[in-house]
Amino acid sequence: MQTEYTEDQEAFREVVSRFLSDKSQPAMVRELMESEEGFDSQVWQQLCSEVGLSATHFPEAYGGFGFGPVELGIIAEEMGRYIYCGPFFASCVMAGYALLASASEEAKASLLPEIATGSTIATLVLDNLNSPALVGESLTAREGRLSGNAPLVVDAQNASTLIVIAGEASGLGLYCLATDATGVQIAAVEALDSTRKLASVSFANADVRKIGDISRNTLEQIWDYLCVALAHEMIGGAQHLLESTVDYTKVRYQFGRPIGSFQSLKHRCADLLMEVEFAKAVTHHAAFCLAAGDGEPYVASMAKAMAADTYMKAAKEAIQMRGGIGFTWEEDTHLWYKRAKSSEVFLGTPAMHRERMMSLMEETA
Amino acid sequence: MNEMSLDDITGEVNAWLDENWDPNLSLEDWRRILVDGGWATPHWPSQFFGRDFTLEQSAVVARIFNERGVVPVAQTGPRRLAAETILAMGNDDQKSRYLRPILTGEHSWCQLFSEPGSGSDLAGLSTKAQLVDGRWIINGQKVWNTSAHHADYGILVARTDWDVPKHQGISFFLIHMHQPGVEVRPLKQMNGHASFNEVFMTDAVVAAEDLVGGEGNGWAVAKTTLSYERRLGGVGRSFGGVQGDWRGRVYQEYEKELTIANEPYTWYPQRQGRVDLVLPRARETGAIQDPATRQEIARLICMQKGASLASAAAEAKRKSGSNELVPAGSIGKLAASVIARQAAHVHTLISSADAMRSGPDSAENGLVAEVLISVPAISIAGGTDEIQRNIISERVLTMPKEMRADTGPFRDIKRNE
Repeated sequence: MQTEYTEDQEAFREVVSRFLSDKSQPAMVRELMESEEGFDSQVWQQLCSEVGLSATHFPEAYGGFGFGPVELGIIAEEMGRYIYCGPFFASCVMAGYALLASASEEAKASLLPEIATGSTIATLVLDNLNSPALVGESLTAREGRLSGNAPLVVDAQNASTLIVIAGEASGLGLYCLATDATGVQIAAVEALDSTRKLASVSFANADVRKIGDISRNTLEQIWDYLCVALAHEMIGGAQHLLESTVDYTKVRYQFGRPIGSFQSLKHRCADLLMEVEFAKAVTHHAAFCLAAGDGEPYVASMAKAMAADTYMKAAKEAIQMRGGIGFTWEEDTHLWYKRAKSSEVFLGTPAMHRERMMSLMEETA
Repeated sequence: MNEMSLDDITGEVNAWLDENWDPNLSLEDWRRILVDGGWATPHWPSQFFGRDFTLEQSAVVARIFNERGVVPVAQTGPRRLAAETILAMGNDDQKSRYLRPILTGEHSWCQLFSEPGSGSDLAGLSTKAQLVDGRWIINGQKVWNTSAHHADYGILVARTDWDVPKHQGISFFLIHMHQPGVEVRPLKQMNGHASFNEVFMTDAVVAAEDLVGGEGNGWAVAKTTLSYERRLGGVGRSFGGVQGDWRGRVYQEYEKELTIANEPYTWYPQRQGRVDLVLPRARETGAIQDPATRQEIARLICMQKGASLASAAAEAKRKSGSNELVPAGSIGKLAASVIARQAAHVHTLISSADAMRSGPDSAENGLVAEVLISVPAISIAGGTDEIQRNIISERVLTMPKEMRADTGPFRDIKRNE
């Protein structure tokens, strides 16, 4: 199993970082978050076709580059650092992994290459974002008809294709339909973090195509992949906040000295550095584990819980150490603060993930 | 540098051991032979009991010693710190007089650095050394002195000039402990153990030739000692017992030496929180079913995994020669504190009211109670957490230093009464 990044992977990070630092500056993020669709389609096209990020983790057979969770993690980490606004997570990560894990060969062959080029934007409709154990209670499929409501779906308003996990008479199934299909209603939801667009999706007896079976175990595995990618996003954001906050304490003067010379701030920055280092190490380790199919069975939840707590701590400290200016709209820190808050609860709270860790650990003990 | 090949070394060590190694010798006799044979500290210069070996060459010797169960030179307590400091900073006369009996174990040493008035701020020390009629007269008090109660000598830092800035007025001495002016008292800790001592010096005498590195250069010498201390992982680390199934007088005496040396530190694993006992206890007591306890156990596992992975990543970076600053030592030390506290917290949740108990009838034969009252030491000993945070914030995050109130002549600096 890999324990550190290869030189190629470090070089890849450079490429991703250079692209995003140019195409996702805070001023652009602000413009996009105020817009309805929340992303720049030109940048999305470049990201997909020129840089090829959308195809990174898909097998070559489906138009991808054949890389895995480690390279995807690198992309997600940089996206988190720059708060990239776009349907990458919804389409490539969420819908992509659900299809890879449980769609029929035919569905994979028809859908994945389109998602890989970015020409199709898909999203994964889950009726519950809190825990994999609760998925499939409100969305149900009977005899080719889909009913029920998913209150929070990422980027549904920007998608053309919905990949749905729905409860069946016994078990779960994977379904696919177009967003403009009859019986589908999509309504934008006001989001606390407006850099991640949300919508509610409801189905009224919508005609739907079944594309695969999903066992509870498979759903847990998909959840792990999503959590590890999200954890990367979060540590990227946390790292940015740590750096920008430390920089700020060096230039902000009060009482005739830089505030970064006060131990009350230095010590908290040191603690934060430690936590960020730990969350980063565990998150990277989680991706290495997924890539190798090895490691602790609870590693994804461990990464998600640690990344979430660390990102929130970084966000709170980033604002507190800036004082009044940190609470203004004009200062950029609140963009990351809101990202941290919405990521903290997206796909399960830290407490849920710690509980999931313990259950998985005790199952195998 | 010695040019011997690793194969030649292997041959020569084995031949020498075939000739000289005898488990029925007394410990002291064996060590005299070992030291005079030059195999005790082969990385030392050939002029002083060594062979100018590189670390790689020395490792071959150590491996053979280990395989053949050969008893090494004395290493317990602070004696190695004294030896390495004298070797690095002492003059030839001091090296000839002091090094050999340290290695053979005839002389035991202690470290007289910390004072009641200067803990984190070691350079703020105020033990006084005055040159009177060609001898140094020492007055003052030291504290946290491992092994001082059975030490023959001590490495001592004391102030010789009060009119210069604090780091410049310090000198480094070798002091004989068995003299009327030196009194050693055990220091009982909050957990009931007495692993250290206080040392009171009242007109104690140091010969002029036992000043190391010259007058006023003591801080540089002390820094040498401290860097060895960091490398060796602190003087209070405990040494393993005799490995394997070896028989003979030398082993009996060696075992006894180790037992005496380790006795004050039997509680050291407890100050780290005994994370190893957490899951077995939680399962055995059924506390693992309690949702609140599960959350705290999970947090502990997260911290521990994060710390071990981050330290491995830092080590990998160091090996690859990266310039990126990773203060693995300070972050690791801070992590050890956080982990120990969380482990103590979880042990408390698991025990609940039984955490009121102590002694052999309490959980794990009293170990859990000892955890609860020993954990406060981990964030103080060897540099407080606050000092580690200063190091991390200043060296890695390059945040500005705190303003100082201790520049200028030492005499004018405010200090403890």
